Amino acid sequence: MSGLLYLIPIALALGFLGLLAFLWTLKSDQYDDLDGAAHRILFDDDDRPLQKDPSEK
Amino acid sequence: MSEMIAGACCPVVTIDGQDIDITSQIPSDLTPFEERVDETVIRMRFLVDGIHCGACIQTIETALKQHDGVKSSRVNFSTNRLVVEWDETKTDVYEILTVLARKGYRGVPYSAAMLEKGKDDRDKALLKAMAVAGFAASNVMLLSVSIWSGHFSDMGPHTRSLMHWLSALIAIPAIIYSGRVFFDSAISALKQGRTNMDVPISLAVVLATGMSLSETMRGADHAYFDSAITLMFFLLVGRYLDHRARGKARAVAEHMLSLNATAVSVIQDDGGIKVVTPDQVQEGDRVLVAAGERISVDGRIVAGSSDVDSSVITGESLPESMTIGDRVFAGSMNLGQPLTLEVVQVGESTLLAEICRLMEHAEQRRADYVTLADRIAKAYAPVVHTLAALTFFGWTLFFNMGWQQALLTSVAVLIITCPCALGLAVPVVQVVAAGRLLKNGVLLKTGSALERLAKIDLIVFDKTGTLTEGNLELLKQDSWNDKDLAIAAAAAGFSRHPLAKALHKAAGSTVKPVVEDVREETGCGLIWEGEGGTYRLGSRKWLELEDDGNSIGPELWLQYPTGRTACFKFSDQLREDAKEVVGKLKKQGYEIVLLSGDRESNVSLVAQQLGIKDWKASCNPTEKLRFLEERRAEGLNVAMVGDGLNDAPALTAATVSLSPSSAADISQNAADVVFQGRLLKPVFEALYVSKKSDVLVKQNFALALGYNIFTIPLAVMGFVTPLIASLAMSSSSIVVIVNALRLGWTISKGKSET
Repeated sequence: MSGLLYLIPIALALGFLGLLAFLWTLKSDQYDDLDGAAHRILFDDDDRPLQKDPSEK
Repeated sequence: MSEMIAGACCPVVTIDGQDIDITSQIPSDLTPFEERVDETVIRMRFLVDGIHCGACIQTIETALKQHDGVKSSRVNFSTNRLVVEWDETKTDVYEILTVLARKGYRGVPYSAAMLEKGKDDRDKALLKAMAVAGFAASNVMLLSVSIWSGHFSDMGPHTRSLMHWLSALIAIPAIIYSGRVFFDSAISALKQGRTNMDVPISLAVVLATGMSLSETMRGADHAYFDSAITLMFFLLVGRYLDHRARGKARAVAEHMLSLNATAVSVIQDDGGIKVVTPDQVQEGDRVLVAAGERISVDGRIVAGSSDVDSSVITGESLPESMTIGDRVFAGSMNLGQPLTLEVVQVGESTLLAEICRLMEHAEQRRADYVTLADRIAKAYAPVVHTLAALTFFGWTLFFNMGWQQALLTSVAVLIITCPCALGLAVPVVQVVAAGRLLKNGVLLKTGSALERLAKIDLIVFDKTGTLTEGNLELLKQDSWNDKDLAIAAAAAGFSRHPLAKALHKAAGSTVKPVVEDVREETGCGLIWEGEGGTYRLGSRKWLELEDDGNSIGPELWLQYPTGRTACFKFSDQLREDAKEVVGKLKKQGYEIVLLSGDRESNVSLVAQQLGIKDWKASCNPTEKLRFLEERRAEGLNVAMVGDGLNDAPALTAATVSLSPSSAADISQNAADVVFQGRLLKPVFEALYVSKKSDVLVKQNFALALGYNIFTIPLAVMGFVTPLIASLAMSSSSIVVIVNALRLGWTISKGKSET
């Protein structure tokens, strides 16, 4: 039974970590534009640094 | 690449290289909408028209990012909004809007404060509550399973007690945090002397938690933390689904504000122009409305004459020519020449505000509608609570049980009767139905829309834009040939008049801009110098042709320098399946009525084509509203299908209302159901699905209640252990969910039958 003494805290900590991660995604507005994100994944060109000359594209 | 995709998907024109005079289309001062990020950087938010697919995101964002001075741009695809930050010293808002316009999108600035932020926050709060409850539920369940198996093995009382304490430590804060959703609503309902579903939920959760805590303190065998928190989690899932279903429609509703978002150019006494927001305009002010601009005040024309498209307000597809002395209303579009208006009414007394008021008024009556779930809760809660009380007194008085044990038993009754399945019965069916409908292009806006749809006896249709497609199409006739069309369409490209636009569209790619210097005579037509002399394109009256009695519906005439004429006739086509759908609805026993703001000749023609016997033409918003109210007073449940701003009050007054997605924003806002596409079939589909889901909801209630009939005697007799409580609750929830999922295939099966 002494195994419980560390197994339970580990289980709780892992769950809590998941919860925190979820709350973070919520806070950083990742659910604001769910439809957009589904499309953005298909864009193959990365954002370029803004200073670059646009004509080079 | 990106432009190609955009061109393929979007019904918009990409006009690269050609100069667009954006300043004529938007007010000259947009400072009220600016947000300053730091000294030189400005942030502005836009509602963007014309975003249809993922490629639009890329088109807009890359175009803006390549523009010198733009720091960042981000499109929100779900809400059709755009946030741009730019360096004030390098570019300005006009350049930004020009970039957008070149790609074929129309941007309207809005200020963040105008849109209700609070609702977004509620969405997040629910999600947070759900996450916390989910975390707690899974961990408490982890401990509970150990306790249950401990009953059959060698778990000592101290270990069990430790587990109970740990469960309490996790569950209680989580219940306090997540439970507020239910507690708040229960308390406010009780304050008003009503009960709703949240009252028995809150009571069961609080009692179960309280009792478990006291049991834990005295080191007893059983605690119900798992039941309490799992119940809460399931219910929050239901609540969130319910809320989400309406979220999408809310975004549509907020778009409506773009009607008001434009700034107004007021002419001052010294002749200068000051730009203000619509609410700062005073009665008697003179306001300048540029060509192509939306009119944002109610006023009288004091200078200029132009064609005004008031389709949003009247539902009429053709613009009217207006001149000095005529009244124009906010929301109309100025198509021809610049106008100077004298403001007649402002703020609360404008037509727009009047319509909003009519809607609010009708809305209050609709709020009286009590959903099936709430009606059941009303009957359910007292029964359950009496039963629990009877259990307590029964055991103490007749069986001489100690009051503590009797209290435990009666709390067990409350837990087992807790309407977990009842709370899920409706939202789950709604979510499944909404998902099915969404695939068919139907968007449900309110939770109870399905329930109300199922009860409809009478369907009222609007004509323009609802039964018809709402845009004019050139009829193929012998009165013109391809050469006529090519010449006329080339000139028509210069005009914003809907007939000219329809002509231009009909000609398609064959149009070559062979004409120059096209002059538009407001209310008459176009005139230009071409090969061989003066050409004219316009109304029969303007061309001084005699009336041969053949003119039904809108038409345009082209006159060659030689005097030869060609006639283009247009008509607003019925939706392809309108006749079929109306026929099917009639067959199913619905009564059908056509109410339109259009002229009698047009309405009777459509009614005849569709076989609708009951119709009424030239209805104004108040008449439509009155008609609906009369029918409802007779006890009929009326569905209103309409799209114009003039339909908005009637939409609100109806038992349930449907709007096509091409409708005026305000109507979409008023409607319970928004349907997309060129067909009318979604209306039929929505009614069909509503009937199916009504049956399912009732089955679900029967299942949930049936479950209780089995478990309540057990609870009353005191046989319910935490394990049985958890099993009973989870399995009844799952049964209800599975039953709701059946809707998926009953509909696809039903489809082949119809």
